[in-house]
Amino acid sequence: MAAIPNISRRSFIVGSAAVGGGLALGLRLPPFGPAVVRAADGAPEINAWVVIRPDDTVVVRVVRSEMGQGTITGLAQLVAEELECDWSKVVIEYPTPGESVRRKRVWGDFSTGGSRAIRTSHEYVRKGGAAARMMLVQAAANQWGVPASECTASNSIITHGPSKRSLSYGKVAEAAARLEAPKDVKLKDPKEWKVIGKPVKRLDTADKVNGKQVYGFDLKLPGMLNAAIKECPVFGGKVKSFDAARVANLRGVKKVLQVGDSAVAVVADHWWNAKTALDQLPVVWDEGPNAKVSSATIAEQLKAGLDAEQAFVGNQEGNAKAALAGAAKKIEAVYAYPYQNHACMEPMNATARYTPDKCEVWVPTQDGEASFAAVLSASGLPADKCEVYKINLGGGFGRRGAFQDYVTQAVRIAKEMPGTPVKLLWSREEDMMQGRYHPVMQCKLVGGFDSGNNLTGLHMRLSGQSILAAVRPAIVEQQKGRDPLTFQGVFDSGEHSFGYTIPNLLIDHAMRNPHVPPGFWRGVNINQNAIFIECFMDELAEAAGQDPLEFRRKFMAKHPRNLAVLNAVAERIGWSKPAPAGMHRGIAQMKAFNSFVAAACEISVKDGNKVKVHRIVAATDCGYAVNPAQIERQVSGSFVYGLSALFMQECTVKDGAIEQKNFDSYQSMRIAQMPKVETIIVQGGGDTWGGIGEPTICVAAPAVLNAFYKATGKRIRTVPLKNHGIELV
Amino acid sequence: MIRLTINGETRNVDVDPNTPLLWAIREQVGLTGTKYGCGVAQCGACTVHIDGTPIRSCSLPVGAVGGRKITTIEGLAAGGKLHKVQQAWIEHDVPQCGYCQCGMIMAAAALLTSNPKPTDADIDAAITNICRCGTFQEVRKAIHAAAKA
Repeated sequence: MAAIPNISRRSFIVGSAAVGGGLALGLRLPPFGPAVVRAADGAPEINAWVVIRPDDTVVVRVVRSEMGQGTITGLAQLVAEELECDWSKVVIEYPTPGESVRRKRVWGDFSTGGSRAIRTSHEYVRKGGAAARMMLVQAAANQWGVPASECTASNSIITHGPSKRSLSYGKVAEAAARLEAPKDVKLKDPKEWKVIGKPVKRLDTADKVNGKQVYGFDLKLPGMLNAAIKECPVFGGKVKSFDAARVANLRGVKKVLQVGDSAVAVVADHWWNAKTALDQLPVVWDEGPNAKVSSATIAEQLKAGLDAEQAFVGNQEGNAKAALAGAAKKIEAVYAYPYQNHACMEPMNATARYTPDKCEVWVPTQDGEASFAAVLSASGLPADKCEVYKINLGGGFGRRGAFQDYVTQAVRIAKEMPGTPVKLLWSREEDMMQGRYHPVMQCKLVGGFDSGNNLTGLHMRLSGQSILAAVRPAIVEQQKGRDPLTFQGVFDSGEHSFGYTIPNLLIDHAMRNPHVPPGFWRGVNINQNAIFIECFMDELAEAAGQDPLEFRRKFMAKHPRNLAVLNAVAERIGWSKPAPAGMHRGIAQMKAFNSFVAAACEISVKDGNKVKVHRIVAATDCGYAVNPAQIERQVSGSFVYGLSALFMQECTVKDGAIEQKNFDSYQSMRIAQMPKVETIIVQGGGDTWGGIGEPTICVAAPAVLNAFYKATGKRIRTVPLKNHGIELV
Repeated sequence: MIRLTINGETRNVDVDPNTPLLWAIREQVGLTGTKYGCGVAQCGACTVHIDGTPIRSCSLPVGAVGGRKITTIEGLAAGGKLHKVQQAWIEHDVPQCGYCQCGMIMAAAALLTSNPKPTDADIDAAITNICRCGTFQEVRKAIHAAAKA
């Protein structure tokens, strides 16, 4: 049995497919014809995406995770648009990864990262909705004995035009579920959309305001115990020894154990007792080869890459080195970006129950399939004996996708206590110390001008850490050592292509990989690349004696969509007119996750170091805007994440470990520091479906840095600004 | 045994008096709407009211509460009707991941009790909760809307 207790939801039936997992497996009803697949409550599945209950409730299956971005609402809108169903009757259900495996991955990719949930699945989920509609219409037509072409569907009602008869979806769902799926499924023209593009309310709000929403931290299972864990603070270190007897008799303690090579855990009746005992547990670590590494040694390692011979090329036009050698004037600057932690509000956690016959895990995850793979590996059981139930996430931002270290830990602990469910919760301190950090990067930029002050060459040399080398080494190997992701926003092509055409250009990367584990952090490499290139564009403009906007435009003739968003923010902020008294402006643009984004801001600076960001105008061309209200929230919300990173956040390394252990030393913006954000949504259409959760985050920081230069004459090239005595007020 | 008055009910909890109130609420009383975010009174996800005053329950030993009345997010609605802050939160679609929102709502509700028509500056001073999704723009709108409700 897969108990999902304490989850009472009108609109969000977590894992109910799993509860009836056996039932939903192509349950045949002989001798009445084709298979009808049933949901947990017996309601017929029209296809993998749509279940219709007799009371007309429309259950839309979503395999991407909801971690705040409104993903499930947007995906449901896509299905509902083609299904022609009553939006007020739509609820959501998460199929489980195990179910997906058993059904040959009928739902496709579970991964919810890279701002991909909507842009990479919009077509097949809309087709799922359209196919279900066609089957429902056909079923009604069959019942009436009329051609389906005489019937229409709208608002969950099928109507036969000539006779005016009508039936609701719930009445024909059973019959529709027996029909063969249509082969030729045509999608609506976007001009006909009624649900897509509308700012409909999220489906998951009600339980988030009354305490009923169950996050991983809140899960309760019968007989469950709680675990607290501590991994070696020095990455790569191991447990040498620990004195379990010292804490074994403390209140509530059930078990003290080593987890893998590198961690110790205490299991207790309650988590607070587990944590209290763990804090007192004497542990001796073998800190390994990284025990002497510090931020300073890492900075030296990266600095050496700035002028290294060997580097991987990400973008090249003409001959930048020759152009720079022959330049009448050159300017040069070195920038740097630090390690940062995701700091999700809900620390990492997972709950596991293991028996030799079944290993089940409940986990807030950005990628149910990655969690499933971790369960398989850690339990040693085959796929048909493993299952993962996705629980709501208290933030993800990239920490809960590719990395399932907490799942592995939870299973290892549960395996030591067969039959007992164990909920493993990380403390905030553990979460800060065991991150998968935004990678460190330095960047040296050199620009050359001819005697007429025309930019003739640009070399952008990145030196720093590759995420893919650590996380997806196969891709790096395939690319002969290069990490293409390093070039996000400045790449030669694709969804992160560079938005300028510069006559002689070289953008390359000297890979330097310190021991601190890197990860995908909201926006990933666009955060630093946008600062590097967009601040340097301002430096180049000044060297050329030109306005930053005018200077940029000269290189954007071949990048009309980049230019359009740049122009949109310039116009809205009033770039052509002077800024209001005491205000200073900055501007930036980039292409990221297939969206074109730009920002212009107005800031004031008091006493040379107290920065007030009054206003940010941000434009995003994501091709098609599925839910404009949620896009606005993603843009303004991402600036909280991005400006916190710019002003306040750095994970420094001392003796091989991260120094910042909580929000007191790793601060995050509060409401008083929030600028007014005005979001401009541009729908460029065409074949472009761009992301929303991440792209726009990257343009806030360079726009603010450029404005800070205007205000003070100081060009800040290293993050965070707190290291320069600059604060956000 | 420590006796607590929580959401109008009396509950006895069997914990060390040094246990933070947060964990007594979550693990002994079983109300999980009050969240753990930091344990050091920084983030405010654990905000509850004690005699109407917002406090960070992660940093208050349960033994220090005494007979004072504790209200958690589960007890904010009265008579089956949502608090006007909760209602405004729904109308403005404020939550994203939602993890910090119960604490945010408790802070906002306490603000409106002590200051029924807060200015932006009042909001800035009173609402010091961390939200990593960045819902602040909607939080501000919703507080003003609740003040008008």
